[in-house]
Amino acid sequence: MIELPALGWQSIVIFVVFALSLLIATYCTYAERVIAAFLQDRVGPDRAGPYGLLQPLADAVKMFTKEEFFPGGANKALFVFGPCLAMITALMSSAVIPFGNNMSFGNNAFFLQGIEVNIGMLWVFGVVSLGVYGVMIGGWASNNKFSLLGAIRAASQNISYELAMGMALIAVLMISGTLSLREITLQQSVAGEWHTWNIVKQPLGFIIFLVCAFAETNRTPFDLPECETELVGGYHTEYSSMKLGLYLFSEYVNIFVVSAVMSVLYFGGFNFPFQYELRDWFVNSQGWELASAQNLITLLGTVGLFLKIFAFIFFFMWIRWTLPRFRYDQLMRLGWTILIPLAVFNIVLTGGLILAGVI
Amino acid sequence: MSPLFLFLSFVALLSALGVVFAKNPVHSVLFLILTFFSLSGHYLLLNAQFLAAVNIIVYAGAIMVLFLFVIMFLNLNVDTEPHKPALAKIAAAVAGGSLLLILVAALKDVHPVGVTGTAFNSQIGMVDQLGLKLYTDYLLPFELASVLFLVAMVGAVMLGKREVGERNF
Repeated sequence: MIELPALGWQSIVIFVVFALSLLIATYCTYAERVIAAFLQDRVGPDRAGPYGLLQPLADAVKMFTKEEFFPGGANKALFVFGPCLAMITALMSSAVIPFGNNMSFGNNAFFLQGIEVNIGMLWVFGVVSLGVYGVMIGGWASNNKFSLLGAIRAASQNISYELAMGMALIAVLMISGTLSLREITLQQSVAGEWHTWNIVKQPLGFIIFLVCAFAETNRTPFDLPECETELVGGYHTEYSSMKLGLYLFSEYVNIFVVSAVMSVLYFGGFNFPFQYELRDWFVNSQGWELASAQNLITLLGTVGLFLKIFAFIFFFMWIRWTLPRFRYDQLMRLGWTILIPLAVFNIVLTGGLILAGVI
Repeated sequence: MSPLFLFLSFVALLSALGVVFAKNPVHSVLFLILTFFSLSGHYLLLNAQFLAAVNIIVYAGAIMVLFLFVIMFLNLNVDTEPHKPALAKIAAAVAGGSLLLILVAALKDVHPVGVTGTAFNSQIGMVDQLGLKLYTDYLLPFELASVLFLVAMVGAVMLGKREVGERNF
């Protein structure tokens, strides 16, 4: 009899992370409109509920009750499978992200993380590279030229930017010496030392990763797969009702996950400034037990991580409503002739600095 | 045998059969991706996490995307597929069958040597152990393989280079 690991506290953590990703993705649709309205000096959604807070709910009701349309000549099974796959791959990568340090109650200690594996970074990278299948399959199964073009664009764009993204990750790996996201987070804050988050050591790598993250999540200025000025609606031209909803939704889940990954890799994850001083203050001045002080710090760290994530999500939306879209050949040139050489240079530079003992 | 192993083997064999028997080439590619996933599951059962992740990234994440890409462009349908003559089909079946026969005959008496359950290092599949092994015991093959990749990359760049006077847009 095998013991299922999903029956312990991990299942609770995974369930909470799952629910949180969906909740955050839901309110991203609201935040996107509010931020768009703010940046364009408009009012934005304010009809449904106070400050329009019930707008996502109204949208969901609309999506669910709309007509479900299958285009003629479409491959029905794959047409349904596409959006499902997009959603599954979007939700999968949050399993390995450390949302908090360890907590302990008596003798029971647990991590605020779904699964702690020593290939966490590779897992995220692998799942991100699978994300394109949902778009490709949906676009192809629609039996529509514009959808197919959107799918092809998505595939070539993702493959091109994955390379630079992977090489940016390699530079992080060279510094940390581990693929475990928890280890990488813990290394970014050593007690009694100045907080050296990886952004300090890897500014160039972070910029490369950020640009690639925009391309991998199909966000403006790289949203060529759904470029409505050229391709009607791109890969989801033929989609309606909740299947379209799943595509739009998976984009926001992807943004959430990629923001979390960037926070963990470059911005210290669940670490926040003066955490050890704060813990010692609780223990020494307030007379708390070490374990309960540590639990409080862990919870504060989780809040800090989410603040970082929200800052990144805001950044994604800010960019969307500020920059126009690239042309397709510009996108390819940026990926292959600028980002990849820069990423190789970054690896060499990191290696040199490590040898010189600077970082 | 653990139930997980049986399940993964079942999925792997079924999806591998699906690759061969699916009429639609896109379905074939999707079955092949499922096969790679179940193979990665096997690697995980063997405690080879790095290999499992790299298998997903390289094969399922990159190579199969390009496969799907090409097949979508070709727009292969059952109607447009040319039917091979019966002789070619029989010859293919005989050749494939004899290869299977030889493989089974060669492998059925194999006893793995050099590894015992007690002396086996169960951590060998972890990424740091694997890296150490590659860069100490297998340094030359590793470097030769990277030269091969370099040659392939240069070749791809050569093929994709713009000819003199050619304009694409």
